[in-house]
Amino acid sequence: MSGHNHSDEQQLVARLKAGDQAAYAELVEQHAGRIYNLALRMLGDETLAEDVLQETFLNAFRAIDRFEGRSSLGTWLYRIANNAALMHLRKREPTTYSLDEPLETDSGEEVPRQFFDFCCLPERDLLSEEARREMLTAIDDLPETLRVVFLLRDIEGLSTRETAEQLNLSVSAVKTRLMRARLALRERLADYFAQSATSAETGGTLPSLS
Amino acid sequence: MDSLTCRHLLDSLSDYIDGTLDETLCREIEAHMADCENCRIVVNTLEKTILLYRDLPASDLPDDVRQRLYTSLNLDDFLDSKKNKH
Ligand SMILES: [Zn+2]
Repeated sequence: MSGHNHSDEQQLVARLKAGDQAAYAELVEQHAGRIYNLALRMLGDETLAEDVLQETFLNAFRAIDRFEGRSSLGTWLYRIANNAALMHLRKREPTTYSLDEPLETDSGEEVPRQFFDFCCLPERDLLSEEARREMLTAIDDLPETLRVVFLLRDIEGLSTRETAEQLNLSVSAVKTRLMRARLALRERLADYFAQSATSAETGGTLPSLS
Repeated sequence: MDSLTCRHLLDSLSDYIDGTLDETLCREIEAHMADCENCRIVVNTLEKTILLYRDLPASDLPDDVRQRLYTSLNLDDFLDSKKNKH
């Protein structure tokens, strides 16, 4: 996860298991921001995201004795956070929400329409605060079944198999949903950057086309 | 994105980008991309989209959320000592 090496982590784990409060605080400081952001993206609700954040660390502190070091501490922690967030998702809509629900196969929807090539835009455009907000809104606007897969796979960096296990989905369902999520986000960003490029052009001189 | 080839390519795109597509199909896609500008742009911008999201900086934990977290974990004593550490 971060730049911590193996023996640093082993030391931290040993201190956590010994109940060292400073070690607890260290773990919180290292991971709380990312966990809160993940929960916020998954649930779209600040209060619930805060619940997930607190639950994650409470559960982690309770379970630290059983941590065997087969994965990194970070990976272990994010798994606890994912589980807590998924539990809230299921609780929120127990009847209508199931990750196994068949996807509506409206195949036309995922066909790319916007071919603006934003790859080579300057970094100040790609990484602007406005672009960042657009990216976050775009995730929030994805259907939940696609959003969760995208968050676990592309934001949290889980493998396809791990994502499938976490969500009780088949590997092929994960792949299908991931592709639809990625294509939807690409379309959204391409639209956004095409528009911002157009408004930048009308504001100044037109770049010459080669 | 009208031709059948383009749509066919779309089906394998995620695997292609993740490097989990078999080689024959990879070569097929690359051959198609050489002739089809739209598909080339879609592949490149799709990769870029994933990269941009992967590198999206996490927002800082809001101060009040952080404070309540430390309190709920009985770690209030450590609230200030770490605050300006980044
Ligand atoms: Zn094509």
